[in-house]
Amino acid sequence: MSDNRLEIRNLHARIAGGETILKGVDLIVPSGEVHALMGPNGSGKSTLAKLMAGDPSYEVLEGDILIDGESVLELEPDERARAGLYLAFQYPVEVPGVSIANFLRLALNARREEGDEVGVMEFYAKLQRAVKALDWDESIIERNLHEGFSGGEKKRSEVLQLLVLEPRYAILDESDSGLDVDALKVVANGVNAARGPDFGALVITHYQRLLNYIVPDVVHVMSSGRVIESGPKELAMDLDAKGYDWIREKHGITASGDAVAHA
Amino acid sequence: MSDLRPINDHPDAAKLEGLDHTRQYDFQLAENYSYKSERGLNKRVIEKLSYMKNEPEWMLKFRLRAFEIAEKKGRPKWGPDLSHLNFDEIFFYIRPQDRKGTNSWDDVPEEVRETYKRLGIPEAEQKMLAGVGAQYESEMVYHSLKEEWEKQGVIFLDTETGLQEHPEIFKEHFATVVPPEDNYFAAVNSAVWSGGSFVYVPAGVEISVPLQAYFLINAQSMGQFERTLIIGEPGSKFHYIEGCTAPTYNSDSFHSGVIEIIVKDRANVRYSTIQNWSHNVYNLVTQRAIVGERASMGWLDGNLGSKVTMKYPSTYLMGEGAHGEVLSIAFATDGQHQDAGAKVIHAAPNTTSSVVSKSISKGTGRSSYRGLVQIHEGATNARSNVECDALLLDEHAMTDTYPYIEINEKTAHVGHEATVSKLNDEQIFYLMSRGLPEDAAMALIVRGFLDPVAKELPLEYAVELNRLIELEMEGSVG
Repeated sequence: MSDNRLEIRNLHARIAGGETILKGVDLIVPSGEVHALMGPNGSGKSTLAKLMAGDPSYEVLEGDILIDGESVLELEPDERARAGLYLAFQYPVEVPGVSIANFLRLALNARREEGDEVGVMEFYAKLQRAVKALDWDESIIERNLHEGFSGGEKKRSEVLQLLVLEPRYAILDESDSGLDVDALKVVANGVNAARGPDFGALVITHYQRLLNYIVPDVVHVMSSGRVIESGPKELAMDLDAKGYDWIREKHGITASGDAVAHA
Repeated sequence: MSDLRPINDHPDAAKLEGLDHTRQYDFQLAENYSYKSERGLNKRVIEKLSYMKNEPEWMLKFRLRAFEIAEKKGRPKWGPDLSHLNFDEIFFYIRPQDRKGTNSWDDVPEEVRETYKRLGIPEAEQKMLAGVGAQYESEMVYHSLKEEWEKQGVIFLDTETGLQEHPEIFKEHFATVVPPEDNYFAAVNSAVWSGGSFVYVPAGVEISVPLQAYFLINAQSMGQFERTLIIGEPGSKFHYIEGCTAPTYNSDSFHSGVIEIIVKDRANVRYSTIQNWSHNVYNLVTQRAIVGERASMGWLDGNLGSKVTMKYPSTYLMGEGAHGEVLSIAFATDGQHQDAGAKVIHAAPNTTSSVVSKSISKGTGRSSYRGLVQIHEGATNARSNVECDALLLDEHAMTDTYPYIEINEKTAHVGHEATVSKLNDEQIFYLMSRGLPEDAAMALIVRGFLDPVAKELPLEYAVELNRLIELEMEGSVG
């Protein structure tokens, strides 16, 4: 039971061949919980998200990433996905000529054994339920992946995929940015629909606003490449009201983002 | 068609008497039934071939004239490297029976056999594709279709049978679209053509089910110099499909077809072909349509295999308001050069055309787009749009574009757009993050790139094309 969690241990990482961005991240998201990860621009939140998914443009210097106690550091992005991890991208790419329906069917089947492919009816039923949960028009499934999508539609697509693929752990990278309140509610409803004892999520956001709709069990604060504070959901309110400076000062970090030595 | 009757029964035996060596073959045939093909291209080979096919004299004369033209013309000095193509090593005519004997299933390269297996192609069809000569059992569905077509006066035969059974229609149209003078390879084809389809659709007849060449497939129609003649009488409408996405193995290294299409006033004809020759083949094809008033011609041309392909489907818009359309796919992998494109000639007012070309280069493959849009003086208000997109999968892959535009009319509207893109790492990571292995992610991006063309194909062809791309992309991850 205690092993069912997404865990990051003392993670140090940099842009391949470049600047070090993560400087010892520790974080645990137990299955069944939703955690929020907040922090100022440049604190390393998005880097952490992409690293967990296996983005090859970053390299890990030290530390580990574990799913249910198993290290996934050596796994390719597709293997991590099949191990149950999902990243909702901040800026999902366009893939011209590939319809959402086709793509998701392939992605679902990639998780299953050959000969055990998802049935067509079963697949469409599942897809339709997800489309409905996001208050979307059914014609969306025939559109090409993010081709000509608005920013809001892209975010919605990321949550749609989450509902269809049913990962065990999801990282949502600023799934709220650029959304108006109505769109925000739709996206939040989608994430809430996925909540359950076998689902854990890390919700990355700048603003407390999203957390009114996706109420987190724990809030973490990241700054200068580390998680510097964790607390109950009220912590998000404090951050919203008072900003990040007080918490930085508490940990001896300057506003410029560089950590002041703090052995 | 392919049976050989004793010489005495030949209706045209008398006509052949002018040829002093006829008797010799007659003897050989009668005695031991063995006809020995010889390598190289010369008059003797052409005379033999025409004789074996029991052709009317005008066709023999046509062949010999074409041979002289080829001799005079010589090979083109532009385009891909053809220096390794040596005619002296090539059999220009092999009787279907002999072809059977020379190609055995064991000679078919392992990789080709493996691909058939993985595409799930039935064994009989595999052998047919590999040129091993198994006669493809025509399906029941074909027989009922055939009856239906015959009732409407549609003719759909292999070209030899077309010539024998419908000599007048044949002679009236044959070589009117692509005369042997047109280009060197058309002249070679005219001299030694063998196989192909003959299609005639009477005025006003619309056929909803595509006419598929594989219905006709037998050793005859799989020739290396196929000659296809398609005639759409005024107001007719039909779709002809040829080829197959599965690799076609041919021990012969030279394929040079001629496709002639006549689209009469208000007719609507589509011609789709997907070719995937084995990687030893030079595929040099002339395909052309002439299009009458308010008529419409559409080409869908897919080139996946071969060593070198040169193929530029041409559309001559001769009647007012005629429309032409070309959709083209080229996929060049290691050591391949796909030189494909389109030609559109606007020779009448209010004519319109559109060309969409999609090419993919992988490994050391090279794809070229070579296109011509010509607007003649007096072809007022002509409109043409050309779009060519190239996708490079590897660092060493190459692509080039040679668009020629000649406009002799002030009122013309001509657009040309070209893009070159590389396989995008962000797209690959994104797709992999959803669980797709890297090669599957790449294959999906390639499929998406081709989708605007592939979706115009009948479903079974589109499905095969997709599977083929997946196979091509396997093992491409370094």
